[in-house]
Amino acid sequence: MQRTGAQIVWECLVREGVDLVFGYPGGANLPIYDAMLEYPIRHVLVRHEQGAAHAADGYARASGKVGVAMATSGPGATNLTTGIATAMLDSSPTVFITGQVSSKVLGTDAFQEVDVTGITLPITKHNALVTDVRDLARTVREAFVIARAGRPGPVLVDVCKDAQQASTDFHWPETVTLPGLVEPAPPDKGALARAADLIEKAERPLILAGAGVVKSGSSRALQEFVERTGTPVALTLLGIGGFPQSHPLCLGMMGMHGEAFVNHAIQEADLILAFGMRFDDRVTGNLKTYAAQAKKIHVEVDASEMHKNVRADVPLVADLLATLKALTPMVPAKHHDEWIAKIDGWRKETRSRDILHQDGNGRLLAAHVINDLWKTTGGDAIIVTDVGQHQMWEAQYYKHDLPRTLITSGGLGTMGFALPAAIGAKMARPETEVWVVAGDGGFQMTACELTTMMQERLDIKIAVINNGYLGMVRQWQEFFHDKRYAATPMLSPDFVALANAHRVPAHRITERSEVAKKVEEARATDGPMLLEFQVQKEDAVYPMVPAGADLHTMIRRPNESQEGVKA
Amino acid sequence: MKHTLVAKVADQPGVLNRVASLFRRRAFNIDSLTVGHTETDQVSRMTIVVDTARVPAHIVEANLRKLVPVMDVTDVTHSPTVDRDLALIRVTCSPAERAELASLVEIFRGRIVDVARESVIVEVTGDEQKVNGLLDLLRVRGIVEMVRTGKVAMVRGSTKPEEQADGVPGLDAAPSSPTH
Repeated sequence: MQRTGAQIVWECLVREGVDLVFGYPGGANLPIYDAMLEYPIRHVLVRHEQGAAHAADGYARASGKVGVAMATSGPGATNLTTGIATAMLDSSPTVFITGQVSSKVLGTDAFQEVDVTGITLPITKHNALVTDVRDLARTVREAFVIARAGRPGPVLVDVCKDAQQASTDFHWPETVTLPGLVEPAPPDKGALARAADLIEKAERPLILAGAGVVKSGSSRALQEFVERTGTPVALTLLGIGGFPQSHPLCLGMMGMHGEAFVNHAIQEADLILAFGMRFDDRVTGNLKTYAAQAKKIHVEVDASEMHKNVRADVPLVADLLATLKALTPMVPAKHHDEWIAKIDGWRKETRSRDILHQDGNGRLLAAHVINDLWKTTGGDAIIVTDVGQHQMWEAQYYKHDLPRTLITSGGLGTMGFALPAAIGAKMARPETEVWVVAGDGGFQMTACELTTMMQERLDIKIAVINNGYLGMVRQWQEFFHDKRYAATPMLSPDFVALANAHRVPAHRITERSEVAKKVEEARATDGPMLLEFQVQKEDAVYPMVPAGADLHTMIRRPNESQEGVKA
Repeated sequence: MKHTLVAKVADQPGVLNRVASLFRRRAFNIDSLTVGHTETDQVSRMTIVVDTARVPAHIVEANLRKLVPVMDVTDVTHSPTVDRDLALIRVTCSPAERAELASLVEIFRGRIVDVARESVIVEVTGDEQKVNGLLDLLRVRGIVEMVRTGKVAMVRGSTKPEEQADGVPGLDAAPSSPTH
């Protein structure tokens, strides 16, 4: 059947099972938008293309399906790039379709022409420029295959306007052959046997669970492995939700702002089982002293992560789920009571200095807000965070039990991520309670998407943690730059009035006693609500491993009730 | 140390750019890179010599392999290979010196391929050591201009290199042609 290029784009999307696209029209993608009206796909008009990219990413993270965003050429495409890079760093399966100037004027600096495939080359898993309508269906099909395969990621297809307008005989290629596409191989038998041997001999084993647990759907398989081997689990930021935090063997988050006892456990372990994580510098600190006593088993689907930061004694380049299924029956049932008791000792010391056990002295502390939000929502909500101190407090104090319930920009650390990503998450899982947790700085970066939220009638609750600073940067200035607060004190709009201007009801909260009450009120409200929490201005996230320092050398919260800081 | 990687890549526009961009972004240090056609249509072959002082070869290899148009990468550094590099060298040479130069070049199985009044162009092919050896001798006469192709390599024997490579365990077990 004859179809225009514009129609082919939608024909392909429908066949990929896409029913939702985030985007923004413009001159170079007008034919695509014109054809959109003929197809059963919901389009969400965002207020800035960065919002479309984050929304597609949030959709993908909440659902596991491919998120799709569109933009026009030139500035439309460049506005997507922050969102594309965010998806790249966190391996989020996404497809971006941009309009490009006509192939006849490519390379002439035509109006709104920019080299989009050139710009996005290092921030996509793959990209392609389509100048001929006959290549379009195959290219879009390949984009989805590539976005999903192995370690997922963003793929961009740049479609010239004349290719959108031209017609061709449409054929959707159900199968495409991509000789260069790396797909996971089954786990190597020899490596599995060596891993099982190390696990059997280990006395102080520790699992480091990363985003790969969630992405490969291995949560249940991990739980079986953990319960059989009695191995405690530490989580990376993106691994949160991959293993239930209410589980007795779950320790919590590791790394720069991980709990002290978790980092101690890593440094004392004799076996590290790294599952779907990549030893990011925020996780390891100084590589020279990192987990020095431990043998390492590294299960990772991306071969280029193997031995990149940490040398693995047993490398397993394979799908995590397949590996766990093969490995669990090979290992003996075990308990590690002595090791767990040792960890519990550190945990007790950590708890005693936990801010939750310290009096706010009349101040509203962000950690208290997050803790109360967790308790009030029963831990079942999807929390979409922005980036900064509130993000780390969320990771520390909201205890997630289910995969895909914490959506956060880990690798790129993109401020402005939360609200648009929450729009995508809510549309992926409309039945689930969705909260934005954002700082005053990040929220202002993409606050324009409040309009998008209202336009789509989305029931999203928003908690703005307002401390009047770019808090995390201020914290670094406090610790490492002699408290010289350059450009971090920040004026904000009246968030309640800003919300009201978008017809979003809102409250300002300054007392701890009001937190749970207002969260309950928001939950009982049909539709969105914004809560602005005016919290302690100069609070810091503890503990903190300074960048590049040894993992066991943490800056600890000054203890108001107990002295002697033994790291 | 220097590693020689042989990559089979799809013969598409922009592939060289993807490889170059990867090396730039990850700060892999290219010594030389050659591209050319192969026995198979639509498939080009790159021979990449990379300095692995900072980043180990298997990381370079695995990153190359992640590029979708890259079908296969083999580290042939430790395999017996036939290596060739071609150089064209314009050397100062008066008419009286030509015969002597010709016999010198002959020792390296090179040839004089162009003659001008005060210079000649010498062509030499061989492994890098041999080419370097001739260059050392020509340098004293005065090299006016030089161009080298960079190394191309092929593993000796009857099989293709991908069937005999020894990589890091667990790193080269991916099937080569997934179909969807």
